[in-house]
Amino acid sequence: MIGDWLDIGSVNQITPGNARTLPVRGGEEIAIFRTLGGEFHALVNRCPHKHGPLSQGIVHGGVVTCPLHNWNISLKTGEALGEDKGCVPVIPLKIDAGRIFLLRSAVMGQLAA
Amino acid sequence: MEFQTRDDVSTGNEEDLFVPSDDVREHLVVVGNGMAGCRAVEELLARDGARYRVTIFGAEPHVNYNRIMLSPVLAGEKTFEDIIINNQQWYDDNGIELIVADPITAIDRTAKTVRSESGRTVSYDRLLIATGSDPFIIPVPGKDLPGVISFRDMRDVDTMLAAADAGAPDGEQGRAVVIGGGLLGLEAAHGLTLRGMKVTILHIMPTLMERQLDEAAGWLLKTALEDRGQTILTGADTAEIFGQGKVEGVRLKDGTLIPATLVVMAVGIRPSVALAREAGLDIGRGIKVDDHMVTSDPAVLAVGECVEHEGNVYGLVAPLWDMCRSLADGLTDQHSGYKGSVTSTKLKVAGLDVFSAGDFSGGEGCEDIVLRDASRGVYKRVVVKDDRVIGAVLYGDTADGGWYFDLLKRQENVADIRDFLIFGQSFASGGGALDPKAAVAALSDDAEICGCNGVSKGQVVACIEKGACSLDAVRGTCKASASCGSCTGLVETILALTLGEDVQSGPKTMCKCTSFGHDDVRREIVAQGMTSIPEVMQKLHWATPDGCSSCRPALNYYLLCALPGEYVDDQQSRFVNERMHANIQKDGTYSVVPRMWGGLTNPRELRAIADVVEKYDAPMVKVTGGQRLDIFGIKKEDLPAVWADLNAAGMVSGHAYGKSLRTVKTCVGSEWCRFGTQDSTGLGVKTERMTWGSWMPHKFKIAVSGCPRNCAEATIKDFGVVCVDSGYELHVGGNGGIHVRVTDLLCKVATEQEALDYCAAFTQLYREEARYLERTAPWIERVGVDYVKARIVEDDVGREALRARFLYSQSFSQDDPWAERAAGEHAELHQHIAEVRPMETV
Repeated sequence: MIGDWLDIGSVNQITPGNARTLPVRGGEEIAIFRTLGGEFHALVNRCPHKHGPLSQGIVHGGVVTCPLHNWNISLKTGEALGEDKGCVPVIPLKIDAGRIFLLRSAVMGQLAA
Repeated sequence: MEFQTRDDVSTGNEEDLFVPSDDVREHLVVVGNGMAGCRAVEELLARDGARYRVTIFGAEPHVNYNRIMLSPVLAGEKTFEDIIINNQQWYDDNGIELIVADPITAIDRTAKTVRSESGRTVSYDRLLIATGSDPFIIPVPGKDLPGVISFRDMRDVDTMLAAADAGAPDGEQGRAVVIGGGLLGLEAAHGLTLRGMKVTILHIMPTLMERQLDEAAGWLLKTALEDRGQTILTGADTAEIFGQGKVEGVRLKDGTLIPATLVVMAVGIRPSVALAREAGLDIGRGIKVDDHMVTSDPAVLAVGECVEHEGNVYGLVAPLWDMCRSLADGLTDQHSGYKGSVTSTKLKVAGLDVFSAGDFSGGEGCEDIVLRDASRGVYKRVVVKDDRVIGAVLYGDTADGGWYFDLLKRQENVADIRDFLIFGQSFASGGGALDPKAAVAALSDDAEICGCNGVSKGQVVACIEKGACSLDAVRGTCKASASCGSCTGLVETILALTLGEDVQSGPKTMCKCTSFGHDDVRREIVAQGMTSIPEVMQKLHWATPDGCSSCRPALNYYLLCALPGEYVDDQQSRFVNERMHANIQKDGTYSVVPRMWGGLTNPRELRAIADVVEKYDAPMVKVTGGQRLDIFGIKKEDLPAVWADLNAAGMVSGHAYGKSLRTVKTCVGSEWCRFGTQDSTGLGVKTERMTWGSWMPHKFKIAVSGCPRNCAEATIKDFGVVCVDSGYELHVGGNGGIHVRVTDLLCKVATEQEALDYCAAFTQLYREEARYLERTAPWIERVGVDYVKARIVEDDVGREALRARFLYSQSFSQDDPWAERAAGEHAELHQHIAEVRPMETV
């Protein structure tokens, strides 16, 4: 059911290797990433370490490196990689007909948190 | 003159006898200037440097070099100079007569003379044959065509390099076929691939390196090499090499045609025995020798790949070192005697770690213990018979190779550790604690550390105890780790164990994505003319699809530095500060620092800054350590508007966020200060006007002090000027960071213009040669201030060239990045993609 998914725009709005941000009024900002390999992922825009804006980090493979203290966060699982421990919420995302959709309940779910 | 010069000799003339020397010592003539011949002489000199008069004949036109290192030369990782073992000075210092490019063609054992190709005849008391081996050429049609070579000496390497440079006739990249999927063939293929050729490897056996690796490890190797772009055909039987006047390709027996401008035959070697056979010495597969390397003629010795000992012929270096020791003992009346060698092979093929030792063919009574870790790409197999290790094959993780080899050589009973054997030394020796130091500590003294140079753990320890307390010193003294470098980690551990503290380490790889170090990557970028990050990653076999947050910014900088005005900057490889042209702060907002030339400002600029602070609710303004004003707490979305406002007042980016020239700090100087000797403010402004906007390996700060009271703190800056009555003292390599370092005095100059010229040259030298994220202080400590002086102060032409390159590069980089952004470039970096506003709930 389309109503479960939130259309947030065309895939062309994010160039490979970059990220864009989606503020959620009353909730947490979301970062939407496009890897160099062409995959899309969405995470809450907040590093589990000291809340750095992940959208501003360098994207490599399926990983983003937080710009504040170089934690590596998996774009797929939201888990911190390597020695670091921590996790950031992943927002389910799908691409349909060149549009990016986020799972509405996950986006809104943050409001309760 | 002991020998007639080449011009004087008429070959074949029986009268061309040499004039006897007045040196009455026994004359040792060595046939072969390769690794075995020279090593034998080295061992002899170490025992008794005065006993023999030594003459060495070499067929190649070079001093003694490390043949094993031809692969890195081909790959561009080393130059010929780097692989020389003994330079001419060594021959001279030891009174050794070296005759190059003149192979010995005949031995007369009755007269005790040898005759060379050019006609020299030299008599000997003892003769040492060290002719090594010849590459095996498979007898197919076309084997003699130009463009068909072996991989044996520098001439072959030169041929390969020329072929790689020439490319294909259609202007495409050149194609090469390497026949032979053994170690040598794979190394040739790796080097040619790095040099930009499309390489096909033909191997007649079903798996690669079947003599060193079992099927599983051979398959892993093949898969990994294919992933790196090589084409590998196994079970490939060559029918002919075809071409009109030169090589055009290879045809296999199944009819497959493979076009190629170069064919490298690397199917094997065989002992070079023709000369010895002609002289009537006993020959088996090689020249037969006893335990002291004496042939069937007591006056003639032989050593190295050309010999056969107890029915064995060796093609690796480790046995060669053993032989040379026994030979030197024999020549100096000591009697150790060679007992044969157990060999192991530890190597890196195209950056892949491979190890094998002993017998792993299995068979009756043998037990195989196998560990596979597919995700890590690790495969280990240890073969045990009667509770003793008889063979081992390791792929992907070879750290325990030395330990297995040690167990194998000592024939130690492993029944007690059988269950843990496959997990490696630290695990098997009793604890879950994986301590690599303990593993090295437990190695026996005769365990081999450096295979290239035949150095044992005991020898490394001895050399450290004699005062070599850094990696470089060890390399210079006992040569361990001085060749391929695969044992560097081991040597560092031994240093740490022996000295009991942290020891300075050598260059590391850039990051986990590559096996190359920073310097290698920089050199290859220039040498191969690479122009983009994906190209570098492709050509240098990056292990990750698009690098990581360490290598991307470094590669971006290296390309930018190598190709000013040409390279297109890669935003995705910039750390956030450089991408946003502002400093990210802990709360995710940014701070903005406009440039204040030489620390000067005026009401208009101050007003603009004050307005920005009010308009964008900046919670704080601070005077920075570099005497500028830093506006804090600006939101990412507001940055373009802030920049537009500052631009309107004539202010440009201060680059306070970049690995770049940041600021030029000044004091007041002669214009106002009662002590000031020169116009330090004016010079500061000129310096900043010249250097601003330049990207660097790391942040770079300059200061100009008007007198030796040094109010601008110029002696803890990357480049500092201290004005004195007679001119300008130039200081380099200081910083006020975590490890405060005071500058070194570079030189003194008389005029402002010279101070500027030297500054430009120094900056460019740092830009071109330092590693990314290496500030000037550690860089200078690494290369030495004398080196910097040699390049900047003593070399007028070189300095001028550096200065010119800097100014050329600056002609492209002095655009204000804020202006572009304020005008709307990359707006998407600052704007949200959308916003979610849930329905108001009551």
